[in-house]
Amino acid sequence: MDAFAHIWGPVRLTIELAGLTTLALLFVATPLAWWLARSRVWWKETAATVVSLPMVLPPTVLGFYLLIALGPSGPGGFIAGLWGARTLAFTFTGLVIASIISSMPFVVQPIRNAFAAIGDRPLEVAATLRASPTRAFWTVALPLASPGLLTGAVLGFAHTVGEFGVILMIGGNIPGRTRVLSTAIFDYVETMQWREANILAGGMVAFAFAVILSMMLIEKRFARMRG
Amino acid sequence: MSAEHAIRAEFRGRLGAFELDASFSAPAKGVTALFGPSGCGKTTVLRCIAGLNRLAEGFCEIDGQVWQDGERIFLPTHKRPLGYVFQEASLFPHLSVRKNLMFGAPRGERRRKAVAFDEVVDLLGVTPLLDRSPRNLSGGERQRVAIGRALLSQPKLLLMDEPLAALDRTSKGEILPFLERLRDRLSLPIVYITHDISEVERLADQVVLMQAGRVGAAGPLADVQSDPSLPLATARDAAVTLEARVEAYDAPYGLLTLAVPGGRFAEPAAPAPIGERRRIRIVARDVSLARERPGPSSILNILPARIVSIRQIDSNEIVASLALGEEGAGARLLARVTRKSWDALELAPGARAYAQVKAVALGPQGDNASD
Repeated sequence: MDAFAHIWGPVRLTIELAGLTTLALLFVATPLAWWLARSRVWWKETAATVVSLPMVLPPTVLGFYLLIALGPSGPGGFIAGLWGARTLAFTFTGLVIASIISSMPFVVQPIRNAFAAIGDRPLEVAATLRASPTRAFWTVALPLASPGLLTGAVLGFAHTVGEFGVILMIGGNIPGRTRVLSTAIFDYVETMQWREANILAGGMVAFAFAVILSMMLIEKRFARMRG
Repeated sequence: MSAEHAIRAEFRGRLGAFELDASFSAPAKGVTALFGPSGCGKTTVLRCIAGLNRLAEGFCEIDGQVWQDGERIFLPTHKRPLGYVFQEASLFPHLSVRKNLMFGAPRGERRRKAVAFDEVVDLLGVTPLLDRSPRNLSGGERQRVAIGRALLSQPKLLLMDEPLAALDRTSKGEILPFLERLRDRLSLPIVYITHDISEVERLADQVVLMQAGRVGAAGPLADVQSDPSLPLATARDAAVTLEARVEAYDAPYGLLTLAVPGGRFAEPAAPAPIGERRRIRIVARDVSLARERPGPSSILNILPARIVSIRQIDSNEIVASLALGEEGAGARLLARVTRKSWDALELAPGARAYAQVKAVALGPQGDNASD
C-alpha cells in the first residue's frame, strides 16, 4: 500500500499537467488550425512548419531552447519576475508552457484537417443564410469539425503524458513539483524499485491502449457522420 | 423598366482561365432563367450576384439596392437579403431537418414574416421529415428542404443554381410542381440557372441566354424563343411558350378553348374554369404553313398570321417566326418546315399565311388564376 501512496504523487501531477495543457491547447490550437486551413497567405506553410518542428526535433534540443527561454535571462524569467520568482524553469508553470509547445503539432494537425475537410460549401451556405463569419464558425464549422477537435484533444493529452526528454530538461524531476509519470519510471528503474516501475509502466500500456482504441472509435463515428 | 423593380448585373473579369463578360438586366419579378451550356459562366454570374465570388469589375443592383459597385461597394454575402439553392442540397449534416429549415430564419416572433414556417413546410411537403436527420433523406427530399431553408431566410431574391440537375427523373418530376407553385404563390423574384430547355419552358418568365462567358440575348421568354436569329429557335425541339386564358369548354367534345393575343386554340383537355391562365407550349415542328386557308381538315387550329422573319437551319429546313392575326399584331409562333415546301409556297417576311397547329401542350393547372 505504501508503494501506491508513493506512486500517486507523480500520477496526480501528470493528470494535472496533461489536463491543463490540453485545455490551453484547445484554445490556442483551434484558431491557429482554422487560420491554417482557410488562409491564403503565402507564408502559411512556413508557419505550419514552425508549429510542426517539435514533432521532429530531438526532445533534448527542444528542451535546451525551452530551458534558455524559461530561465532567468529569458522571457520566462521576466514573466516569473512579475510574481517575484526568478525563473520558470524547474516549475510546474514551466512544464505546462513546455508541454503546450511540444504537444502543439499533435493537436493542430487533426483540427486543421477537420476544418479543411469541411470545405467551403457549408460556410457559403451559412453566409447565404445571413450567418456572419463568427456565427458560421460557431454553429457550422466547429460542430462539423468536432471529431477533429476530440482527436486533437486525446492526442495532445496522450503526448503530454508520454513526454520525457523535454520534461527532464526543464523540469528537473523534483518530487511533488515536476516529477511526473515518465520521469518517475526512469527514477524507479535507476534506483531498482522494480515493483513501482512495473505498476507505472503497466498502467501506461493500458492507458495507451485506451487512447488508440478511442481514437479509432472517433474516426469511425466521423466517417459515419460524413457518409 | 425602373431601377426599383429590376435586377441589374454586370460582371467582367478573369477567373483562372475563364473570361467572364456578362451583363443583363431583368424585371425583379417572376422567374429569370440563366440558360446556356455547361461551363458558360452561369454559375459564376450567380455566385457574383450572391457575393460568393468577387470580381473587381462588377455591378449588381437588386430592386434599387446596390449590392456591388466595383471596388467601392461590396456587400458581404451574409448582408445580402438573398436565398441560394445550390445544385447539391448542401444541408448541414449535424442539424435536423427542422433546424436546417430554421437556420436562416430571422429570430424574434414580432417581426412579420412574408414566408411562414407552416406555409413553406406545407408547400414543399416536408412536414413528415421535420425531426429526421438530412442523412436519411432522398435526393429530392433534401433539395426540397434546401429550397425551404432558403425561403425561410425571408429573401428578397432567390438564386437557384440548377437545383434539379443532380436529381434523377422521378425526383425532378416531384420538385418541378413545387417550383411552379412557388413562382405562382410567392411574389419573390427568382434567378434560375439551368441547361435544360424544358425547365426554362415550364418555369421562366424571362430568359438570359449565355454562351462562353457572355450574354447572347435577354428578354421575355416568348420573345427570345421566337427570334430565329437566336439559337433557341433553331434547336431540334424549338417551341414557344405562351400565356393563354381559358375562354370556353366544349363539354360534348371535351375541347378547351384557349385565347392568346391574336388567336385562339382548341385542344382536347380536362375541364378548366373560365378565365384561368394556363401556360401553353407549341412546338415548331407541330406548326405547318399554308398560303391560303386550307379546306376541311382534321387539324382544329388553323390561324391567320403574318411571316415576321425566317432563318435557314441547314440545307433542308428553315424556321419561320409568325405573328398571329390578320395584321400580325398577336403572339409569336415558330414554324419549322422543309426548304422545299417553303420555296413552293413562295412566302417571304411580311406575307400572310395560315398556321396549322397540330398540337398544343398545356401546362399544369395552377392556382394562378388570380392575376
